[in-house]
Amino acid sequence: MLNFMAMLADPNMQWIFFGCLLLGLSSGVIGSFSYLRKQSLVGDTLAHAALPGICIAFMLTGVKSIGIFLIGAGIAGVIATFGIGYITRHSRLKQDAALGIVLSVFFGLGIVLLTFIQHGDYGNQSGLDKFLFGQAAAMVGSDVVTMSVICLSLVTICTLFFKQFKLISFDPGFAKGIGYPVALLEQLLMLLIVVAVVVGIQAVGVVLIAALLITPAVSARYWTNRLGVMVALSGLFGALSGALGTWVSSSVTNLPTGPVTVLAATLFFFVSVLFGPQRGLIAKRLVRLRVKKSFLLEKELRAEPMKGETAL
Amino acid sequence: MSDFWILLTGSLVAACCGIVGVFLVLRKMAMIGDAISHSVMPGIVIAFLMSGSRDSLLMMFAALVFGVFTTFLIGMFERGGIQSDASIGVVFTALFAIGVILVSLFARQVHLDQDAILYGEIAFVHWNLWEIGGVSMGPKAVWLLGFTLFVIVAVIGLLYKQFKLCSFDPALAAAIGIPVAFFHYLLMGLVSMATVSSFESVGAILVVGMLIVPASTAYLLTDRLGMMIVLSVAVGIASTFLGYGASVWLDASIAGCMVCAAGVLFIIAFLFSPKHGLVSRKLRQRSLAAAANG
Amino acid sequence: MSEAAKHLRQEQGPAPLSVSGLSVAYQKKPVLKGVTFDVNEGELIGVIGPNGAGKSTMMKAALGLIPSIGGEVLVYGRPVKAQRKLIGYVPQRESVDWDFPTNALDVVLMGTYGRLGWFGRPGAKEKAQALECLEKVGMADFADRQISQLSGGQQQRVFLARALAQNAKLYFMDEPFAGVDAATEKAIITLLQELKKQGKTVIVVHHDLATVQQYFDSVLLLNVELQAYGPTAETFTQEKLQRTYGGRLAFLDHSLIQGGSGQSCDRGDRTC
Repeated sequence: MLNFMAMLADPNMQWIFFGCLLLGLSSGVIGSFSYLRKQSLVGDTLAHAALPGICIAFMLTGVKSIGIFLIGAGIAGVIATFGIGYITRHSRLKQDAALGIVLSVFFGLGIVLLTFIQHGDYGNQSGLDKFLFGQAAAMVGSDVVTMSVICLSLVTICTLFFKQFKLISFDPGFAKGIGYPVALLEQLLMLLIVVAVVVGIQAVGVVLIAALLITPAVSARYWTNRLGVMVALSGLFGALSGALGTWVSSSVTNLPTGPVTVLAATLFFFVSVLFGPQRGLIAKRLVRLRVKKSFLLEKELRAEPMKGETAL
Repeated sequence: MSDFWILLTGSLVAACCGIVGVFLVLRKMAMIGDAISHSVMPGIVIAFLMSGSRDSLLMMFAALVFGVFTTFLIGMFERGGIQSDASIGVVFTALFAIGVILVSLFARQVHLDQDAILYGEIAFVHWNLWEIGGVSMGPKAVWLLGFTLFVIVAVIGLLYKQFKLCSFDPALAAAIGIPVAFFHYLLMGLVSMATVSSFESVGAILVVGMLIVPASTAYLLTDRLGMMIVLSVAVGIASTFLGYGASVWLDASIAGCMVCAAGVLFIIAFLFSPKHGLVSRKLRQRSLAAAANG
Repeated sequence: MSEAAKHLRQEQGPAPLSVSGLSVAYQKKPVLKGVTFDVNEGELIGVIGPNGAGKSTMMKAALGLIPSIGGEVLVYGRPVKAQRKLIGYVPQRESVDWDFPTNALDVVLMGTYGRLGWFGRPGAKEKAQALECLEKVGMADFADRQISQLSGGQQQRVFLARALAQNAKLYFMDEPFAGVDAATEKAIITLLQELKKQGKTVIVVHHDLATVQQYFDSVLLLNVELQAYGPTAETFTQEKLQRTYGGRLAFLDHSLIQGGSGQSCDRGDRTC
């Protein structure tokens, strides 16, 4: 607890702490929708696909700032989403293969560009590596401010469009029927994922940002059958994971923020899997045992008459 | 000489990944390949920490355990009612996170850094030689990959019909008494082996590329399973050569270029495959329409 | 079963399939409860019941493909696991990926895998046999055809040819008539008759009440619990169907059940 207070006393750490908390909140909220739309791994693919976009943005401008990276990653993300859809629509490959192809080829391209940057004459490229693996403590004040503002606006957009997102997650056909611009809303949701991924990369890293989108949402699903509650819970789990991650990693040297945040989220996941009221492992086991017991009892009672009845 | 070793290593990676990749793509488990390639990492680090050296066989074993463990966890959560892609996401990120934490806590002891794991160091394969009694036997990576390829070919060659039936129709496979779960985990074990032996050379994420992209390309080119495996390996090897050429020309990451080359070959197949290509299908439609009108 | 039948059974040896107290539960509620029946050798048996009655589940549990919470299944007097070579199985057509890179002949060859042992490969003998099976379902001309280029009915016939190649004594077929064309339906029923002539036993999950009397020797009415089982003439009656389908049978045509002719309804348990 002591170093928790110490951390909060440092104004820079304060910012980082709240930035990660907000990041967890917003990605948890958005992740709920992509989980319900059965697109959990799309976030993972978009995170990897963002790399070439970020590299090109850096090569063109030579500046390391979230705003510029966002534009690059956003464009790469749109191309990647389009690619996934195009492959699944126009060939016999299924979604999983399309995701894998886009993920690995984009990332491969990103790595090629990264070597260009390393070999080239780009001044302060040394930070780019850190940026990709996630080190919240390395973020500077302006980054954190940008991150916080973006995260808050993500949450705001999700609140404003809650009704629409709910419907396109549950029944896109019906949504189209009542006149929603479904394709546009789907694109918007995808764009929100891209934005969440890009702001998260710096704190958590390319590989692990997917966890912030997936794990809190899955955990939240265990506690409720209502979408509103689920989104809120998912945001809460995400925020707590972000907070825990920053705190623990700041108190141990050499500990990166991303993995600790992910493990915190995984911890919430395990608790949910075990103790979720209806879907949890323990609850299910109990129900199953009860069914089996009552069933066996019933069978014993009726075994004889049943045989007579069936032997018609 | 280094060119030769790099190309040989790359081709072996392509062969190992190409064969098992076919089954991943056909069973719609491409992203499980992605998951395994990430989640074997804690296994590798633990093997490092335990042995204090890059003892390849111990590493292989640890990776195998973690790879199979990953699929077991994913399967368990799926049966528990979580969507399959979400359970993949939860499991591999958690295991990868553990791996990264272990690396960052003990990195100094094990000379293992994240860059090597993510990008691989195929350019340096010929530096890490296997010596017996002072006589150099060639790069370690080549021996490791050769061994893996031998195991993969032997297992899939001998049990081809089981793998085929389990991929196509698991219900019938179970009904005629093939232990479907056993073959599932056997395949996952092979994927883990392919991953860990390719890991050092091409890195975690590019292993995914070699697992999925050539197999997907082959899937667009043929309607026979045996042929698909052959083509998958061939496309992988072609990507290796093209990629290496490009990387020398551009002075860029070798592994990155190899996957990009695989991507280019995929796009070509996607557009121009005689049977399933986009262009050829469009042309066929047009000639049909012309025939109908004329 | 009557005393006389029981007596007969003992003389004939064990029944092709003997199920007792088979129960399956998914999550909260049992989907199959204490199902008990014996099957006579050389019969065609239709398994009938409303959607969600557990017809497919019963078949899968009997084959040991899904875990049961109680009950015993014997095939020719021994546990099903020991008798796999005697069993042929035709899963629902939707259960496989028809984009799989393989052709019709190859799918039929899969039927021979069971008796080839762990490392055996199908050879010339198996190939000849597979071709013969394709011929029997009228699909010999399509042997080289990639399976996604076959029509639904043709795919179903390939599946049947594969079951024939299994050369089994007891067949399980999960809705072979679902969504097939008239030609295929005819081909299937001819095949069933031939199997019966060879003394094989075939259990078919069936949807179409209108054709039950025409196709099957016995029917098994199922709705979570076994409702009735016996020769078609005695079992496929208004009263027993009413019990199986509950309220859902209200719209069924009377003549359909009694006479089996003159009806205009082709999907018994759906709205006409």
